[in-house]
Amino acid sequence: MTIATNSLTETTTEPFATPGLSQGDVADYFALLKPRVMFLVVFTALVGMVVVHPDVHPVVAFASLLMIAIGGGASGCLNMWWDADIDAVMTRTRKRPIPAGKIAPGEALAFGLFLSAGSVIMLGLVSNWLAAGLLAFTIVFYAVIYSMWLKRSTPQNIVIGGAAGALPPIVAQAAVAGHVGWESIILFAIIFMWTPPHFWALALVKSGDYARAGIPMMPNVKGADHTRLQILVYTLILAPLSLAPVAMGFGGLAYAIIGTLGGLGMLALAVQVYRLREGEPAARVAQQLFGFSILYLFLLFATLLAEHAFGVFRPVFG
Amino acid sequence: MAQRPVPVRLTPEEQKRRRQRSLAIALTLGGLVLLIFVVTMAKLGPQVLNRPL
Repeated sequence: MTIATNSLTETTTEPFATPGLSQGDVADYFALLKPRVMFLVVFTALVGMVVVHPDVHPVVAFASLLMIAIGGGASGCLNMWWDADIDAVMTRTRKRPIPAGKIAPGEALAFGLFLSAGSVIMLGLVSNWLAAGLLAFTIVFYAVIYSMWLKRSTPQNIVIGGAAGALPPIVAQAAVAGHVGWESIILFAIIFMWTPPHFWALALVKSGDYARAGIPMMPNVKGADHTRLQILVYTLILAPLSLAPVAMGFGGLAYAIIGTLGGLGMLALAVQVYRLREGEPAARVAQQLFGFSILYLFLLFATLLAEHAFGVFRPVFG
Repeated sequence: MAQRPVPVRLTPEEQKRRRQRSLAIALTLGGLVLLIFVVTMAKLGPQVLNRPL
């Protein structure tokens, strides 16, 4: 296994005013936790909990969810620590706290490690050690396997690394049910297959950014046309896979309708991305696919949440 | 004769940020204590008081 190296010292653009004193405010530390990713983690984990109708006290479920969120934030923090050098050269990420000189790399590392250990131990104490072990695996997978290894070494980085983002429903089900069931494995598979078309659509638009940072994203390594084909293939698998909850009986009528319409929307945009290859229209449709993919995943999980948490579940079969 | 170290003087902005960080740590610790208490009550219920004297 090759661990890529980074160069943190070259990237900090502003000197620290008082040596040894943090210059970051509370919002900077919060930003280290990648709040938007944390929201996705909480949301998908919550759905992983409600679809199995667990027999646990709501306080225990809430505390478990909180620890999963903090664990997710901690892995984001460790990712920002490691990737500070490439964050500094990408327009999308150069204002993050470490490249902006607001938080020292060592502080971010300590913060991330402390939150990682704390969230895993607390989840073990609050729920069970299977869930805690899975959360620890998720953090290590994202911070070490994805960030330190895959991201800088292979165009399959976000395919394999996407497993880390897909794990929260599995951790959540383990936390409230004490085991890992088919429901959370299917939710894992949906997020896993959703990740490549989602990120590659962005990579098509931001390929210059990734090239400058030296990240081997699919468009930079295999070319934009090959990426478009891959997006189409993954979407062709994703659209029917997203209906698996219906076949398994935990996705109801509303989910079947939303899943079918959303899947068709994803397919239509993926076909457009495959066909339009030049100029502004190609960039625009890739951007549209990126935006729609977020809405698509949100609607799938929100519908499952509504069906199970608010009692609007209507079975499709029988 | 050894030179005395130059004392660190924080700017008002640095003092303000440090105060905010300290407050956030205090609130987080308080929240953690409350969380552990509530989870203990939820998991054990009244049994938490049932112990040999």
